Amino acid sequence: MTIEAAVGSSLAPRTTTRLVIHPRWVRVTHWINALAMLMMIGSGWQIYDASPLFGFVFPRQIALGNWLAGALLWHFAAMWLLMVNGVVYIALGILTGRFRRKLFPLYPRDVIDDLFAALRGRLAHDDLSVYNAVQKLLYLGILLTGVVIVLSGLSIWKPVQFHYFTSFFGGYDTARYVHFAAMTAIVAFLVVHVALAILVPKSLRAMIIGR
Amino acid sequence: MSRSRKHPPGVDPKLLIKDAAKLLPEPSRRLFLRGAASLGALAVLSGCDIVDGETSDKALRVISTFNDRVQALLFNSNTLAPEYPETAMTRPFPFNAYYSEDEAPDIDAEQWQLEIGGLVDNKKPWTLPELNKLPEVSQITRHVCVEGWSAIGSWQGVKLSDFLKLIGADTSAKYVWFQCAEGYSNTIDMPTALHPQTQLTLKFDHKVLPRAYGFPMKIRIPTKLGFKNPKYVTAMWVQNNDAGGYWENQGYNWFSGL
Repeated sequence: MTIEAAVGSSLAPRTTTRLVIHPRWVRVTHWINALAMLMMIGSGWQIYDASPLFGFVFPRQIALGNWLAGALLWHFAAMWLLMVNGVVYIALGILTGRFRRKLFPLYPRDVIDDLFAALRGRLAHDDLSVYNAVQKLLYLGILLTGVVIVLSGLSIWKPVQFHYFTSFFGGYDTARYVHFAAMTAIVAFLVVHVALAILVPKSLRAMIIGR
Repeated sequence: MSRSRKHPPGVDPKLLIKDAAKLLPEPSRRLFLRGAASLGALAVLSGCDIVDGETSDKALRVISTFNDRVQALLFNSNTLAPEYPETAMTRPFPFNAYYSEDEAPDIDAEQWQLEIGGLVDNKKPWTLPELNKLPEVSQITRHVCVEGWSAIGSWQGVKLSDFLKLIGADTSAKYVWFQCAEGYSNTIDMPTALHPQTQLTLKFDHKVLPRAYGFPMKIRIPTKLGFKNPKYVTAMWVQNNDAGGYWENQGYNWFSGL
């Protein structure tokens, strides 16, 4: 038992409340973000299909919007949900100290150790409020990817007004590839993230009811 | 992308529809909302009946109108579209419309006139030789299509803001509306019409504007998506009401600024 937990259990009034793993603002922004991302990805696939970058298109059945104009309406509506929610999440993550507590310190040595432990099935999940080094790395990575996908998206949407962003990403055409690569990284993250949430159901519960 | 409410003579509407397959709704534009309902998205966005396609269509268009206002605020008259060297030009520059190149309007230069209307002092129509006598400006800029692809082209013509002054247009009016030979149309905001790079274009790559790119005259607006760059222009009206446009009326964002 940690000192904090010992102090907590001896001093706190006797209630049924256990330590909250995810405060309400994390849960609310998490699920709003999940919805916004599904809309952005689904409509983004339909937009991609109008002028594919690679030798494939996304099936119409899994894309959102049914035709280009519809997909664009969805993309530029969900954009506001994603951005406003994202700003609230990042601001609270910094101001409450949650990012610093949960994601740092992060050492490469721990990442390697935890990765091997995970592959051998020996990674502990006893305390969901503490992230292992692989989780820290992935969550930091996905936060950074979120910033990249928004900035590359703004570069494509406004290559004149925001031409500094567009130049930063190597020009209009390259920014499209960056935007696509960031989407791919997010989808890959989602696959692992959802699979692990299903493998460790109490983590899903914690993101819904907080404990 | 482009064109057509009335069909030009000799163009089979069925062929037009076939060519538009990539862009047009299938089988009905309204259906695009069906996939959305499954996400429960509208329940969050507006709390309205998520199964009702008409309602969610309206909600999305309300947000699109809000986006028009945001884009008008983001638009800066002093921010220029990046210009490129001649070596950066895309060759061949793509032809793009929902009809094939040989179905594009074939305009007789002798017969053609640019009709002027609305809040303008001098409504005298302009012939091609008259327009060609006006001072020429040139730009090599990126044409960005709403589909996602882009191409760099070289355009020469008359600065639209100079032309509007010349004909005594009321530049405090809100919109400029363009009518095209095939029935295509566009309405643009006055700040964009007065932008220093907005051009009444008569030439492509220093040669007479080819039929594929809008002969005898197109409006080149490097601060807007390609479909807001009307080709085969026959009339220009300065006015305070938004007359919409061919693709805008079907759901594409009105401002479509870059």
